[in-house]
Amino acid sequence: MIIADQKPLAEIRRITSRFQKLLVVGCQECVTVCCVGGAKEVAVLSSALRMAEQIDGNPKEIVEFTSVRQCDPEYVLDLADKIARVDAVLSMACGVGVQTIAEHFPSVHVLPALNTTSFGRNTGPGVWVETCAGCGNCILAETGGICPVARCSKSLLNGPCGGSHKGLCEISDDVPCAWAQIYERMSRLEMLAAMEQIAPPKDWSTALDGGPRRRVREDMQL
Amino acid sequence: MTIKVGSNLERVLESGQFAVTAELGPPKSADPNVVREKARLLAGHADAVNITDNQTAIVRMSSIGAGLIAMQEGLEPVIQMTCRDRNRIAIQSDLLAASALGLRNLLCLTGDHQRFGNHPQSKNVFDLDSIQLVQMVRNMRDEQRFQCGEDMPVAPQFFVGAAENPFGDPFEYRAIRLGKKIAAGAEFFQTQMIYNVEKFARWMEMVRALGLHKKAYILAGVGPIKTAGAARYMRDKVPGMDVPDAIVERMAGAPKGGAKAEGLKVCVDIINAVRQIEGVAGVHIMAIEWEEAVPELVAQAGLAPRPKLAQPAPVGAG
Repeated sequence: MIIADQKPLAEIRRITSRFQKLLVVGCQECVTVCCVGGAKEVAVLSSALRMAEQIDGNPKEIVEFTSVRQCDPEYVLDLADKIARVDAVLSMACGVGVQTIAEHFPSVHVLPALNTTSFGRNTGPGVWVETCAGCGNCILAETGGICPVARCSKSLLNGPCGGSHKGLCEISDDVPCAWAQIYERMSRLEMLAAMEQIAPPKDWSTALDGGPRRRVREDMQL
Repeated sequence: MTIKVGSNLERVLESGQFAVTAELGPPKSADPNVVREKARLLAGHADAVNITDNQTAIVRMSSIGAGLIAMQEGLEPVIQMTCRDRNRIAIQSDLLAASALGLRNLLCLTGDHQRFGNHPQSKNVFDLDSIQLVQMVRNMRDEQRFQCGEDMPVAPQFFVGAAENPFGDPFEYRAIRLGKKIAAGAEFFQTQMIYNVEKFARWMEMVRALGLHKKAYILAGVGPIKTAGAARYMRDKVPGMDVPDAIVERMAGAPKGGAKAEGLKVCVDIINAVRQIEGVAGVHIMAIEWEEAVPELVAQAGLAPRPKLAQPAPVGAG
């Protein structure tokens, strides 16, 4: 899923300061699952904003709503009536959701309440980690199902650097060394010989380096 | 192994003599005199001197620029090139220039993560990793081809090296990774600083079992420690370093005012110990910001004077 963090309240107040009437919109997809932009978080953030602005003598009118899928025009267009009655939309979806609203409501201010960070998953109570970099050219078949592009701090393709120690990455004791994990998996899968082969330079043109990606299925076009 | 580019380092190693390399850390400024002064301290005491490439991700004068200044002072530089700051376009471009300027040794590195440096908010590159970098440079030199496959009329000439950390994990993979770098084209290696000689010896056993010591020259990395505090810090805080308690205790037991002398003695002992290990072709002395320690270490270890080999015929066109 897409992982995000909520922006600090002070930043949210700064970017919304010009607007009196706000529509706070959550999303029932990824950001609900990673507990940052669902109906509950919409209610909590809206209350926090109301209280903070009230205390500062600048009360705001805040409308709460959580859409089914903010990256989908079908659900975003349903927001039209609510959007017509506010000065700005504060989106609690990922960056895709924010931009979907912006695209479909060209004359409405849409502001992000979240910092979208990564594609990842929940690994334990309250912990989410990045596991895919969306590079457009998946090599998981060669790396035991563990992605070094996303999970190695240097996106190395030929094994661990010299900073790998006790299964950890040199950048932080909170970050496992992806190549130590790959080594362990390859060992279990009896595929260590593959780690003796040189992986050639990666073609990054399928990643963002090649420009914004666009997928076209001609058979689905009208 | 036959001579490829004829750098002094390559010729010393090829002659079978125990090689000595050192390091010169360029300044955090545009002052050429810092490089000149350090180069004068090192000249004649090492067969070649690594010029670090923004080590620990702290901005310094570039390796190629400082290397050229050092060369003017009579040093033979080993240019360092990391994958952190440059993509394949920038690396190849810089290497063409380095070769055109007469720099003949190159050490290919992954590079420290920028989190450790003075610009932790920077974007990193890592378009290539160190193994792919080695392979690209060898193809440039030997096949006269850019990474994309296009030909070039005049190839860059480098004696190509790489690094290995025998103390990194997984330990069982470290000799295999060395083999991978040799397969990619690495001709010499400089290792991470060795304080745990016993573990290094075990790693060399694995290297010899794979026959790798006969395919590339391995220079054992060593470095003098200045204080007991520095030893403790390296033991406890620096990822990828293995400093046994005995070394820390030896530094802590030095008489007042004698820590530096003890640090030099520890280093000489390590040089003497690694020299006995089959397959070790030389030492790489890392005494950054303590360059004046190098002549003393080389002399105390009985490695002075350094061999003076006849200049070879120039290599490469132009």
